[in-house]
Parts: sequence; structure tokens; C-alpha cells
Amino acid sequence: MRIFSNTHVPFVEIRKITYVISIIFVLAGLVGLFTRGLNWSIDFTSGVAAKVNLSALDSSVSPVKIEDMRSILMENGFPEAEIQHVGAEDASTFMIKLKSKQADDEVSADTKTRVIQIIKDNFPEHVKGRDMNSEVIQEIYEVGPKVGGELRTQFLLAVAIALILMIVYIWFRFELTFGLMAIVALAHDVIIIVGIFALTGKEISVQILAALLTIVGYSINDTIVIFDRIREDLKANRKEPMGKVINHSINQTLSRTAITSVTTFFTAFSLYLFGGAVLHDFAFAICLGVIFGTYSSIFIASNLVLDFSKLTHKEKQTAQNLSRKK
Amino acid sequence: MKKFSWRGLSIIIFILVTAFYLAPLAIPNLPGWWSKHTLKLGLDLKGGMQILLEVDTSQLSAADARGAVEQNIKIIRERIDQFGVAEPTIQKLGEKRIMVQLPGVSDFEAAENLIKQTAMLEFRVVAQPDEAKRVLDSIDANVSANLDRFPALKKLEELDKAILPESDSLNQTTVAGVFSSLIRPGEMDQEIQFDSIRLIQDLLADSLFQQMVPAGWQLALERADAASPRSDRALHVLSSAVELSGGDLARAKVEYGSSTSTDPRVANKPYVSIEMKREGARKFERVTADNVGKRLAIVLDGVVYSAPNIQERIGGGRAQITGRFTSSEVNELAIVLNTGNLIAPIKPISTSIIGATLGSDSIRSGSMAGMIGLGIVMIFMALYYKLSGLITDFALIFNVGFILAILTAFGATLTLPGIAGIVLTIGMAVDANVLVFERIREELDAGKTPRSAVDAGYKRAGITVWDANITTLIAAAVLYQFGTGPVRGFALTLTIGIIGSMFCALVFVRSIFDTFVVTGTKKTFSV
Repeated sequence: MRIFSNTHVPFVEIRKITYVISIIFVLAGLVGLFTRGLNWSIDFTSGVAAKVNLSALDSSVSPVKIEDMRSILMENGFPEAEIQHVGAEDASTFMIKLKSKQADDEVSADTKTRVIQIIKDNFPEHVKGRDMNSEVIQEIYEVGPKVGGELRTQFLLAVAIALILMIVYIWFRFELTFGLMAIVALAHDVIIIVGIFALTGKEISVQILAALLTIVGYSINDTIVIFDRIREDLKANRKEPMGKVINHSINQTLSRTAITSVTTFFTAFSLYLFGGAVLHDFAFAICLGVIFGTYSSIFIASNLVLDFSKLTHKEKQTAQNLSRKK
Repeated sequence: MKKFSWRGLSIIIFILVTAFYLAPLAIPNLPGWWSKHTLKLGLDLKGGMQILLEVDTSQLSAADARGAVEQNIKIIRERIDQFGVAEPTIQKLGEKRIMVQLPGVSDFEAAENLIKQTAMLEFRVVAQPDEAKRVLDSIDANVSANLDRFPALKKLEELDKAILPESDSLNQTTVAGVFSSLIRPGEMDQEIQFDSIRLIQDLLADSLFQQMVPAGWQLALERADAASPRSDRALHVLSSAVELSGGDLARAKVEYGSSTSTDPRVANKPYVSIEMKREGARKFERVTADNVGKRLAIVLDGVVYSAPNIQERIGGGRAQITGRFTSSEVNELAIVLNTGNLIAPIKPISTSIIGATLGSDSIRSGSMAGMIGLGIVMIFMALYYKLSGLITDFALIFNVGFILAILTAFGATLTLPGIAGIVLTIGMAVDANVLVFERIREELDAGKTPRSAVDAGYKRAGITVWDANITTLIAAAVLYQFGTGPVRGFALTLTIGIIGSMFCALVFVRSIFDTFVVTGTKKTFSV
């Protein structure tokens, strides 16, 4: 069985169109980022997040409504609480989030205890007969302002280091142009995905950042497979114009790119569907990453290398430099 | 065997290592040295709590500060051991942070209190009523003179003025200062109403306010009563001289008062009895002899636990800490007293608590997603690459086993993102095989024989596999370096998965090809 055999898709010729598509997506992402901003989770803002299950043992007790929960928290000094249903509405399970607005605005050490106490005091019928610590409170996180701020700095540092190391590696194995263009394609993927998170208001948690770095790894992997082929083909066909060689290389690797994307997408999508609530957003980010990462490897990265080489009139030199490497 | 081959040896090692570490999961009755190697589950899968603590060494000299963190870790470990938690993890993070993980703990409030309690035990003499009044009056005067420095109190006074205008005749008689307006004289002690307790606690912790207290004295609140949390709490005026401290303590143990006891404080209730060292016993005898008729407060971390009357001189060095304790509270109190006080105070800076039900749900859904993903990928590979696909599927199962085995070997914990990492690895692991197979197809199309097509395919695609995976490894390594807890677990599984999948594709699958599939001068190759 073969899906793509001997394709001759003019990837290089249609690059103007695909550039425009990418620019539209990136602009949409940037607009989302600047107008709506990112919804950082308490991992970064610091604060308290608690998941409580208030389904009463006694079935005659009516389930807790989200408005009840909101007004009770408001009365008890937490007007800024964000409350969401988890699962079905009658499951009476809520996610309560209290974010500190500024990094130095300290959530006092006993906010957690106070929230638990409020729930205990105000929903006596719902918690009756159930163990508060293991049944009612399903999870609770408290992050101090110090930790939250540090985490963000650490992450930015990590991304910077990862990108620099990748550029260096690609420079060493290919050419500086290849390294730089691969990073441009990566930035394209990350901006689009982060933009989608901004537009949908989904939370950026530590796990989402892990997903983003995984996408970076996946997308660069995809891009390098094509670069590798370009290097090989440029060596074999020194007389051919660079654009033609690149187009041929993308077509040759197309079947591999498609199959790997499909198998990775299958697994990410099965995580999205069956992996449970905790992994839902994580898997969502990975699914997006596979789609845009594959798109940018096929349509953007190599074409950028071509255009950049043309712009700097270094096509010949690039091909020569590459031929010297294994 | 024709000749010795490194490839064959590495495959044998690969299979043996995998089998060794996975056996405990499958076979129940293995000897102890073997079965102890099982994969540990992370807190997010097992349920439990994790606390990140920061040690405040600002009050210590540089020399003491260095040892303080280690000393605190030792004390915390001892406390947790006595509390009875299976497999706790306590580690130092950075300069002065301590990470404590307690799997399976459900009573997290008790656990948190147990860990963070400084447990500084002191015995102090309580001021006589007239002395107490003098102290409070003088605090009032000092506070009124410096009212601008206490915004909370100033606000209170302004509110009072709005309700009771200055000209009001009532105000002439009630000249009490704003501080003592918070205090209500009770039967024996000054009582603080529940609403004002927070304010008083903040004041007591404020170093500025501490300067307002006349020398030789200090204030301390009574312990909150867990059974009736909204009740008033007494405010004690204590002598600042510490008569006895935790260092004088030999041991503490839990006792139960008999139901026939005449002392209402211990009758039918749990309490902690303490025994002093020889020197401590002498000091205790002197203190009780000197202060007959007065009260002696037992203060733990600045909170008064009880303040019994000294009726007579007490020899022998025994005392009791009584109060309305639950039996678990009394246990924890005995533990912290026995393990000694922390060298420097610690503060939790982040806490995560995960219920056991959530954890088991996560395992179920995570492994289900993994199974489904694995199934789909395997079917796809078998359909698309036929026999070669089936061989890849076989290697894929080994790869998953290999990840679990290496995680076990490293003593790493499996977290939910770790499961996600394994699931994703399944999708990405076939990549190396896909690269090679596509290349072999091309070579076959170019008219090569299966033998040379396989050789050329591996040779050419091998370079690509290395290049592509090294860059992914860079991302994984950085993720590992930056991440904490679950994210780190994810990076580790991803890294092991990449290495495993490269091994499977370049060595394992290839060996099967060379040994069984493309032997001799076979004319066809199923790919």
C-alpha cells in the first residue's frame, strides 16, 4: 500500500500562497495574544486551585449550583474566585481558582485552609458522611508568589537555551541559514498555537509549556528529515537549480512526513479523547502542534531557506558548503 | 552462530534488562532483592501531597544557616517516619528549599502542620492580674503615641470616632486605648473575640508592635480550639524569661486520663505527658518553688497550650500538656516534641494535594488512551508495510516495555505526563522505521535487490534518524533541566523513548531483517 508515490507537488512554486496562509495564521495568533493575553494558570500567577466534589450521599439533597458556590465564596471574602463545573452539571464537582493578581500580592499561607473551612461550613448536607480530605477535596494546589514568578523566568530561559542549542546543532550539521530558518518555522508553530490558546481562553499551565516544547522537538524533527534530503540531493545534483532540488526533496520525503504525522496524530488524538480531563488541554496542544508542525516543515522551512539564500545571493555557496558535510 | 556480533549481544542485553525490570510487575512471588525493583507511581497517580518549603535562615548566623537546612530535613524526616508515611521523599532543592512528597496521605492538614511546626517549647511564668493590667496600659499608651505606624489600628480608631463622636459624653469615661478596646476582660484572662483574632495575630507577629510591649514581658494567644473554632481565645501576658525550653525535655508521650480522674483537664481525655532531663527537672523544681500561686504557661511556637496554676513545688521533672485535643492532635504533638524543634522556621511556598480517586482515574484513562493509540498505530503499520510493519509492531511493544523497564531501573516515578510521554513516543517511535522503510522502497523501485536495498536504506536513512532525533533529544534534555515533578517525568520518558526507538529501529528490526527476512538471495521483500 502506498499513499504518496512519485508525487510532483509544486511546493516551491506555490510558496507565495502558503506564506500568505501562514502570515494570516500568525497574525491571528498575535492579535489573540495582544488583545486577550494569556490565561496563565496558578502555577505562574500563584494562588489556590481546588477541585471539590459536593455530590451528597443523601440523594434528597439538591445538587449545588454554581451560583450558590459563587455567592458563598463572595460572602466569605473571595469575590475574585473563578468557578467552573467539572464534568456534568449535576455531578456537583467544581474547580475553584483564586489567583493572585500581582506577583507580590501574597496569598496568605492559609488561604487553602480557609477555602476548605468555608466549604465545610456552608455545605454541611453535601459533605455529610464523606471524608473531607479524601472524598470532597479531590485536589488542591497552592502556589506562593515566589515560585510562580521564578517558574516563568525559568521557562523563558529554557526555551532560549533549547533554541540556541538547536541552531548550533543544525549549523554544525547543515548551514547557518538552515538553522535560522528552522527556528523561524518553529516560532511560526509556537505563535499560532499560543495564539489559539489566547483566543480560546484556555489556561497556560506547566503541562502546556511541556507540550509546547514537545511540539518544538517534533516540528524540528520533521523539518530536519526534509533538510537531510535536501542536503543529499544538492550533493547529487549540483547542476540543478536549488529550487528544483528542494521541491524534489520535499516530494520524496512527503510519504514519510505524512505517515509519521498520522501515527503521532493518532496517539495524541487518542490522548485527547480518552486521556481524561487532566491531559485534555495537553493533548489538544499536541494535536495542534502535529498539524502546524507538519505544515511548516513541508511548506515553510525549506522554502524559507531557498528565499533567504536567494536574497543573500548565496545559493551556490550554500550548496557547496553542504556538500562538504556528511 | 557464525561469529561474535556486537549487535546480537546488545539485543540480548536489551531483552534481559527489560525482562529483569518488568518481571516484578507480572510475577508475584519473586525474591525480595528482585521484587523491590518496581515502578513507583507519582503523586498525581497515587494521590498524596507535596509541599515545597523554604527555610528562613535570616535570623541565623552564616555558619548556622549552612547546617540549618540539613538539620531541618533530618528533623522533618524523623517526624514523618513517626507519623507513619510509606515511602516519603524528602529532598533539598537549591540553597534553602525542601521538597516533601507524601504519597497516599489523606489527612493533609495534620501532615502539613506536623512538618511546618517549629516546635519551640517554652515554659514561662504568667503575669499576675495587676502586672498584666500595667503591661496592657503601657502598650496602649505606646500605641496611641505611635498610631500612625499601625494602619490597621488607626483605621479602627477612625471608625470608632465616626460611631462615637469626640464630643459624646460617653467617650469621656471610656478612655481605653484602641489596643485594649480589642480585649475583653474575661473570668481569668483577657479574651479576644473571634473577629479580632486575625488582627491580633498580625500585631503579635509585627516587630514594630513588639517594641511597644514593655521590656520583660510579651503577649501570646491561647491555642485555638478545634472543636469550636469561632470561640474567643485568651490573650496572655507572659514574662519574657524562658524558665525551661525544649532542650530540657527528655521525652514526651501520649497518655489517656482515666475517667475517674478528679482533674477535669485530663479526665477521659488524651494529653501529652513530658519528662524532663535531670537538669531540666532541677530547673522545673526551682521555678515551681519560686512561683507558687502563680500560673506557668506551656508555650509551643508562641502559642499558649495551657497555663495551669502552680499549687506547690514540683519535683521529679514531670509535667502534662493538656487541652481539648483530639487523639490525632495529641499524637502529633508528642511527635514534634520528641523530634525536637526546627533550627530555623520553615514556610510552605507551594502545596499540591491530589486525592486518591483522581489518581486512579488518571491511570485508567491514561493507559486506556495509550492502548488505543498503540492499537491504531500497530494496525496502521501492519496494513501499510505488511510483514515489515508487523516486525515493527513487535519492536514497538518491546520499546514500550523498555521505557517502563528503564524508568524502573532509574528509580524514577511514573507520572501522568509521563504516561502521556509514553503514548506520544509510540506515535513518534515508528518514525525511524518509517524513514528506513520509505528509503528501502525507493531503493527497491530503483531496481536494487532486497539485500542491497535494505543495506542502502539503513545506511542512508540512518543519518537522518540520528540528525532528527538528536534535535528532539535537545528539547527533551532542556525540558528535563527546567521542569519540576511531573514535567520532569515527561521529559525522562520522552528521552528514554527516543533512545529506545532508535535502538529498536536501527538494531533490533534490522537484525530481524538480516537474520530471517532477507537471507541468501531472496527475490522479494515485503515492505
